[in-house]
Amino acid sequence: MPDVATLPADQERDKEHEVRKVLGEDPKAAANRIAVFRYICVAVFLYLLAGFWALQIRDPDYYAELAEKNYIRSQPLPAPRGRILDRHGRIIVDNHSSFSLYLSRDNLKEDHLDAMCSALDLDCADLQERLRRYDRTRAKYEAINIKSDLTSAELSFIEAHGGQDNFPEMEVIQTFRRIYPRGGALAHVIGYTGEISEGELDSADFVRYKRGDIIGKTGIERQYNDVLMGVDGQRRVLVNNRNKILKVIDHKGAAAGRDVRLTLDLDLQAVAELAMTDRKGAVVALDPRTGEILAMVSRPTYDPNRFVGRIRAKDWSEIRDNLDYPMMNRAIQAQFAPGSTFKPIIAMAALEEGIIDDRTTATCTGGAMFYDRFFKCNLRSGHGYVGLNRALVHSCNIFFHNIGMKISIDKVAEYAELAGLGKRTGIDLPAESEGTVPSRRWKMRTQRQRWFSGETVSVVIGQGALTVTPLQLAHSIGGLIRAGEWHKPHLMLDPPPSLDPPRKANWSPENTSKVVNGMFGVVNQGGTARGAAIAGIEFCGKTGTAQLASNDLIRSRKLGLQLSDNAWFVGFAPRVNPEIVVVALYEHGEHGDRAAPIVRDVVKAYFDSKHRRPQTLIAAAGAAR
Amino acid sequence: MRLNVRGLRDLDWVIVTLAVVIAALGMIQIYTATHETRWYNAWWRQAVYIGMGIGGMLAMSRADYHSLIGKSMPLFVIANVLLVVVLVVGTTVFGSRRWINIAGFHFQVSEFAKLVIILLVARYLTSTKNDTLQVRELLKIGGLVVIPMLLVMRQPDLGTALTYLPILGSGILLAGLRNRHLAVLAIAAVVTPVLAYHFALKPYQRSRVDSFLDPESDPHGSGYQVIQSKIAVGSGRLFGTQKGMQTQLRFLPVPHTDFIFATYAEEHGFVGVVVILGLYFLLIMQIVHNAQTAPDRAGTLVCMGVAALLLFHLLVNVGMVVGHMPITGIPLPLMSAGGSSTISMFLMLGLVQNVRLQRFVH
Repeated sequence: MPDVATLPADQERDKEHEVRKVLGEDPKAAANRIAVFRYICVAVFLYLLAGFWALQIRDPDYYAELAEKNYIRSQPLPAPRGRILDRHGRIIVDNHSSFSLYLSRDNLKEDHLDAMCSALDLDCADLQERLRRYDRTRAKYEAINIKSDLTSAELSFIEAHGGQDNFPEMEVIQTFRRIYPRGGALAHVIGYTGEISEGELDSADFVRYKRGDIIGKTGIERQYNDVLMGVDGQRRVLVNNRNKILKVIDHKGAAAGRDVRLTLDLDLQAVAELAMTDRKGAVVALDPRTGEILAMVSRPTYDPNRFVGRIRAKDWSEIRDNLDYPMMNRAIQAQFAPGSTFKPIIAMAALEEGIIDDRTTATCTGGAMFYDRFFKCNLRSGHGYVGLNRALVHSCNIFFHNIGMKISIDKVAEYAELAGLGKRTGIDLPAESEGTVPSRRWKMRTQRQRWFSGETVSVVIGQGALTVTPLQLAHSIGGLIRAGEWHKPHLMLDPPPSLDPPRKANWSPENTSKVVNGMFGVVNQGGTARGAAIAGIEFCGKTGTAQLASNDLIRSRKLGLQLSDNAWFVGFAPRVNPEIVVVALYEHGEHGDRAAPIVRDVVKAYFDSKHRRPQTLIAAAGAAR
Repeated sequence: MRLNVRGLRDLDWVIVTLAVVIAALGMIQIYTATHETRWYNAWWRQAVYIGMGIGGMLAMSRADYHSLIGKSMPLFVIANVLLVVVLVVGTTVFGSRRWINIAGFHFQVSEFAKLVIILLVARYLTSTKNDTLQVRELLKIGGLVVIPMLLVMRQPDLGTALTYLPILGSGILLAGLRNRHLAVLAIAAVVTPVLAYHFALKPYQRSRVDSFLDPESDPHGSGYQVIQSKIAVGSGRLFGTQKGMQTQLRFLPVPHTDFIFATYAEEHGFVGVVVILGLYFLLIMQIVHNAQTAPDRAGTLVCMGVAALLLFHLLVNVGMVVGHMPITGIPLPLMSAGGSSTISMFLMLGLVQNVRLQRFVH
């Protein structure tokens, strides 16, 4: 029933209203809601004005005063990096106190830069670029380091000109400078530090660090940067516009980085460095029972002290453009054919696979045809009638070529990879190389060609596509002479690294001793390294002479030393339960017996110091571990 | 529908004048704040942007907002795709990926997305059946607006993502809300920030909120900007300092973008602040006036969306300058240096003009 008060006109209006409502157009409701918005608007503006009123009218003096003395200076308190020690706690790398010049940017006058740069021998364009980079990312009151290790002349210049009247933006801060061993000893293992680069800032390894931080760039310094690096402190002071300190706002002390103890033995290291003087190549000594690296040398070397702070462009280009690649750590990065030092692994594979036994012999007449190609042996007159022992002792190629006729390349690859070749050993150093172990799949993948059996004949004597790093060779032979037990090579002793259990192959002890006895003969029974014997020590080893190019090519092109053969030697002692394995790579050393003395020196030094060192000290070092 | 009445005579000259005066004052401020810094040429870049913005506004006033609303869904899809593209190939500045580089121009998609969201909200809330919104309608439009918000938050750019909310809010206000739903939204508005603070914010965002709540707690980290801004404003007093000590000494980081109003307040004092805020107030009121005289509900929604967005920007940016709001890094429309924000604001004013030009069509 319709309402009495409802008149036709009203009904009409309601109907129209209904239509507009369905269309979603109700002007009355909309007008009310828009009015609400206007009130909100007024409220917001009053709220904002109240903020300005409070700051600018009610108590402006408070802020005006703050503005006047608004000069916050931040003085960095750099944390010393941890020291690097050898296994007996002797110092390898230390810090010494020095002074650095910092530039505070909030009162920097651009036109002062030129004068400062010329007085302090700085690269002005480089400095301006760095300032621009900092301006983008760092608070204005943070000072930046523009020169480290100030000389006394520079210090007195700053003292004379650093006042309010001249260059108030200069500030001298006490810092710590890294000192590395002189003459580039251990340079490749330890590495060096430097200011974090743009690329490193973006990389995942350095997310914890910020612009301006000094971080480890290579070697142990980089690998264990997180351990070595401390946390910088900071002192913040309020200065007035005359640069006078009004108040110390806060003082946060620096936390020093942690010392690390390496597995290296400085005595052995010194002997190895000495043996490599004026030679190109590398030496690696490790303990096969644990994988601890006792010494690691790479030559030629460079002086990491030149990198401390910021390296000069001239020094950098000199090192970079050197064609001998002094920055390369040959011990873990040089990849060369191992030559005959690979034979023990092949001997082991052939014994384990039953391809040879004690009765297997070959007759060497100085060369033979395999797969329609003539292979020479290293002794032109021939080794005569040889079995495995004599083949190892005299490094007879013909005997091993015969194995190469019977073994498949994939079997060779299987044993080589089992021994740790063709992949990174996982040593705790950055940028280790992998080496190459050729196989059918490898050749198909890299060259799109099938494998020729003739190539196997070369690979079994450590030539062809096979390449290893000195560390890989030491690691693989070290595990082989333990009947197939490989401990991961490592340099860190303390803080103790987490180590995986050793890899095991369970080779037969009889076969192992056959190979070991062959290597004993190399040194002690008139073999290829007979000059390297050490009285009283059962020093065993294997020479290797690896071609970089065919000898005919060298003769025809007169390329000389650049392509002459690499000399290798891998040695260990004692014969039973070996304690040390040493590999020497002497680039262009021409014959393996020239690398053997290097290894002999290191092994001899090891036993000399072991016998000289009181047993209690060794026990103490063991307990500390 | 084609326009019957057209031409410059019928433009809303109040809006044009206010916008151009504010933009010109902003440009002068950019010049004085930066002329001895490495951003010294920002002012004339801004002049170019303003010119492009005015051109865009005129062009936008000539299109028909009904057909634009009709295309709002495809535009919305394109905007979201572009926001995804930004996340993948965008230019990163200060750790945030916001820009696409097209022919040398850094194009901030999230700014232009505002326009699309205004159109989208107008489209969905025009066709509601009742006096108040149904839950289903509310969830639908809310769910749509959340998509670009999440994409922008991923950049991460929380500030710009939040600017999409007032557009939605003004639409909902106009469409009407039941008391019960209003209560739920109010509770959500209180609870969400608390939950977000603890679970969703990135550490740098959390520290910004912390420093907003207590700037003195970290005077050299996030609190630094708040304190410096307040000092700059405070030292302006009633008539402003002529020299602009704070800005010239460059205590304020990037003085010409988000903190432009701090340098303005420092140089022109409370009087100058009243003048500029007055201009902004008149501009918003004029936009609201156009909302009331709009020929249909869609036009009202468009105008109110622009007004709400502008108000929100003012509240958050100017509020930040006086320490009333946390630092969110959103610009002050028409004044802050920046191409995308300036041009998109002028385009929105063009939409308002468009609505006005059609008020006699019915």
